[in-house]
Amino acid sequence: MRFAVRVEVRSLEGIADPEGQTIERALPALGFRGVEAVHMGKLFRFVLEADSESAARATADQMCSRLLANPVIEQADVWVEPLGADASDEPAVGRSA
Amino acid sequence: MSATVAVVCFPGSNCEHDVVRALGTLGAAARVVWHGDDSLGDADAVVLPGGFAHGDYLRPGAIARFSPIMDAVRAFALLGGPVVGICNGFQVLTEAGMLPGALRRNSGLRFVCRTAACTVASSSSVLTAGVPVGTRLALPINHGEGNYTCDAATLASMEEAGQVVLRYDENPNGSVRSIAGVANAAGNVVGLMPHPERASSALIGSADGQILFGALLGSVAVTTS
Repeated sequence: MRFAVRVEVRSLEGIADPEGQTIERALPALGFRGVEAVHMGKLFRFVLEADSESAARATADQMCSRLLANPVIEQADVWVEPLGADASDEPAVGRSA
Repeated sequence: MSATVAVVCFPGSNCEHDVVRALGTLGAAARVVWHGDDSLGDADAVVLPGGFAHGDYLRPGAIARFSPIMDAVRAFALLGGPVVGICNGFQVLTEAGMLPGALRRNSGLRFVCRTAACTVASSSSVLTAGVPVGTRLALPINHGEGNYTCDAATLASMEEAGQVVLRYDENPNGSVRSIAGVANAAGNVVGLMPHPERASSALIGSADGQILFGALLGSVAVTTS
């Protein structure tokens, strides 16, 4: 089975996010009011071949702890979605409707 | 007999020849070793130099830690061999889990490039052995991601054990406790953001880096004698 996987990596709670802080300070200068808690992270999307959804999730979790995120400073959220047999290679997850 | 030092070159390293030259002027036989090699040969010490290994893709050091040579570097360190990571080399060592903590984007997102006044905070490492605590050194810094961080418990135990080896006099990048360099618990693996190889002669502004490299070569003499 093929799965569309989306991984979002961001700073651990309590670890400074200098990029997010800088963006948060920049937005009011452009007239955007009421913005807070801005965090900047990374987004990974890929297609993964696996026996089951839980196997795909387990593999993606291992990818996060070994490469995609640095567990000392970052946390990762993983989304897994089955791809239909005739689906294109382009994952649908993470796209707006 | 002069010490043999392996200076690892990753794709994107750019300080390897400066390190070889600085160590050479102190009498060491330093040579560049390609990251794709799987052996350090007869090296007495290893330096991971500065630069942008693998383009700093993903995170600085994140890809370099999987280079074939890193298995040999890890094994060498486990046997007590001196390993020093400078700037990008420091980032590689933290990503490889050979040093505690991590290096994040500088606070304010500014790339800093200037000479920084630093103070030796511990003599319990191969890079500062015999250099008295409180020794002040003028060392060039040149980085965008030198903001050292670690959790509070790790920081407390490192301070307690003398693993914080170098601090900035004025914090240039937001590093916790103005940390410029740290060592592992055994003291044989050291990482620092300042570039000692760029302070290798009074002609180029400072020769203070040679104090650290001299200590490194002295450590080699001790461990191999």
